[in-house]
Amino acid sequence: MSANHAIATDEAAPLLEIKGLRKRFSLSAGLLDQLRFRGGRLVRNRKYVHAINGVDLEVLRGEALCVVGESGCGKSTVARTVMGLISPSEGEIRYRGERIDGLAPRALLPYRRRMQMIFQNPYASLNPRMTISQTLQEPIRFHHPDWERRRVEEKVVEVMEAVGIAPDWGKRFGHEFSGGQRQRIAIARALAVDPEFIVADEPISALDVSIQAQVLNLMMDAQRERDLTYLFITHDLAVVEHFGTRVVVMYLGTVCEVAPTAALFATPRHPYTRALLSAIPRLSDHGVERVRLSGEVPTPVELPPGCVFHGRCPIANERCRREIPQLARHGDTLIACHAVEEGRD
Amino acid sequence: MSESNPPPSATPDKALEQVAAGERVSRLKLLRESYLYYSFKRDIGVQLCLLIFALMVLAALFAPWIAPNDPYDLTQIDIMSSELPPFWVDGSDPRFPLGTDAQGRDMLSTILYGARVSLIIGFGAVALQALIGVVFGLLAGYLGGRVDALLMRLADVQLSFSTLMVAIIVGAIVQASFGRATYSSYAVALLVVIIGLAEWPQYARTVRATVLAEKGKEYVDAARVIGLPSRRIMFRHILPNAMSPIFVISTVQIANAIISEAALSFLGLGMPETQPSLGSLIRSGFDYIQSGSWWITLLPGAVLVVLVLVINLLGDWLRDVMNPRLYKN
Repeated sequence: MSANHAIATDEAAPLLEIKGLRKRFSLSAGLLDQLRFRGGRLVRNRKYVHAINGVDLEVLRGEALCVVGESGCGKSTVARTVMGLISPSEGEIRYRGERIDGLAPRALLPYRRRMQMIFQNPYASLNPRMTISQTLQEPIRFHHPDWERRRVEEKVVEVMEAVGIAPDWGKRFGHEFSGGQRQRIAIARALAVDPEFIVADEPISALDVSIQAQVLNLMMDAQRERDLTYLFITHDLAVVEHFGTRVVVMYLGTVCEVAPTAALFATPRHPYTRALLSAIPRLSDHGVERVRLSGEVPTPVELPPGCVFHGRCPIANERCRREIPQLARHGDTLIACHAVEEGRD
Repeated sequence: MSESNPPPSATPDKALEQVAAGERVSRLKLLRESYLYYSFKRDIGVQLCLLIFALMVLAALFAPWIAPNDPYDLTQIDIMSSELPPFWVDGSDPRFPLGTDAQGRDMLSTILYGARVSLIIGFGAVALQALIGVVFGLLAGYLGGRVDALLMRLADVQLSFSTLMVAIIVGAIVQASFGRATYSSYAVALLVVIIGLAEWPQYARTVRATVLAEKGKEYVDAARVIGLPSRRIMFRHILPNAMSPIFVISTVQIANAIISEAALSFLGLGMPETQPSLGSLIRSGFDYIQSGSWWITLLPGAVLVVLVLVINLLGDWLRDVMNPRLYKN
């Protein structure tokens, strides 16, 4: 894999690579709050939330990589770290082979044009004081300062038409639109700079069910027409089945399984994936055995030793409690599980 | 890749014209349809306050044209006509409807000029406070970390000195080192700077709190993802959304600044008697209040009270209207 880095234009090389990514958030306030007397000595006591604990991912060109997992498993943190909204504690992020984590804002600008983001809440992602055309013109004007006014306006009209918003609505403000329309506008804003890679952080979970399909189809059309690559964060497995090329299953800040969508839904391998998939409500009841997990997700403040899932895993053994499993290739699928590796599943 | 496609004929041109034409209309319409306008239309008290405030500001602004005399012009002052009472008291002079002060200045003209000085200092000081406070508040809230800690501790230090104390020290130093004459000629600017510097933390804290709330919203993330520089995000994206609390505290701060100036002048540290503000008028009349010439103190005092009261009432109303939690239910 490391040999590919030199060839930035290699079509087979992954567009985005994440290696050993970790992010922890400090729970403690200032230095004074961290100091404690313990046994007659002054100790600095710091607590962290371990949001991501060593995530390795590759996003291939032209695919829609879906990241699933329950709330708090670090999906959104991965998305925000990739976009540079938060900086990772450890690990590297490479885009077309170039490291983009820790770059200065100015050095990131060329990547900002190629990578865009769609946010979860369309009610908060549009600036309430700006009209739609101002919102859409801003990224174009910023990245193409040499474009003349007319060309910018034509581009705005083009993206508005692409997302199905009438261009003469541009003079309106965000609050005059419905949730679905706002999310279309947010997609238009992302498309305005002609990106090749879009990170979508739960773009439809704030929307009405009837609107979800429209927005999803819009995103798929955009992918086809504009040759886009998606990193799609969601907790909705039905969406994954409809939308994803490959699926990443995350649990407590680690990747459990990476598999092509069809393979994952047909034969889930990781014990957590099985439990997750069996929780999908289905019309027919036969042949599906519900996997019931006992206990709760451990707190990310004090991570369990070994595999993060061992406390709730029906097939965990002594090794799972001691040793952290690494992602290993099984055919098309990558699985991080000692049981699968040993054939105990 | 999609830019190379020719745009569908006719439609974009038409759309572009509509976009350009509609932008201005929409903002006016937005104001007319806003809760602010609706609430203003229904509240007779607020309309009255705004009317009084507007009249006072206009009268003060056009004082040189409205006032029958010029209190700064020594040739118009006659000591023989000093301490004449206002028109509804026996012994008044029709030339001086509100009477005269101890130096024989026409009270009406002096109050108009005084209100002018008071308002100039009030607005000037608030403009300075707002400038410093908004910039510091934005920086502290948006950048966070060490910048935040430094600026907010600075604000704490500033707040721990009272305005009067700062003014007394600065005023005393300037008067002692440059003399009273120099002090008099720069008194307005000096008071603006003193009151402005003393009260900026009010703005900084309010703005910082609002910025912290706005910063967490996704439109700020969206602006960062576009790659916009921090300065532009702060001033173009966050600041417009933090305007309502700034408006609200501005009204209160103008009233406060006017009161501060009056208090300083009353203590003899503000405007000199030759260019009276409302505060120094109250002070100059205070010596005569026991001898029966009550109007020299009470008339400018009443003007000051009404001015500060209407500003505060307007501020109260604005705070109620601009707080969505109050009007939504």
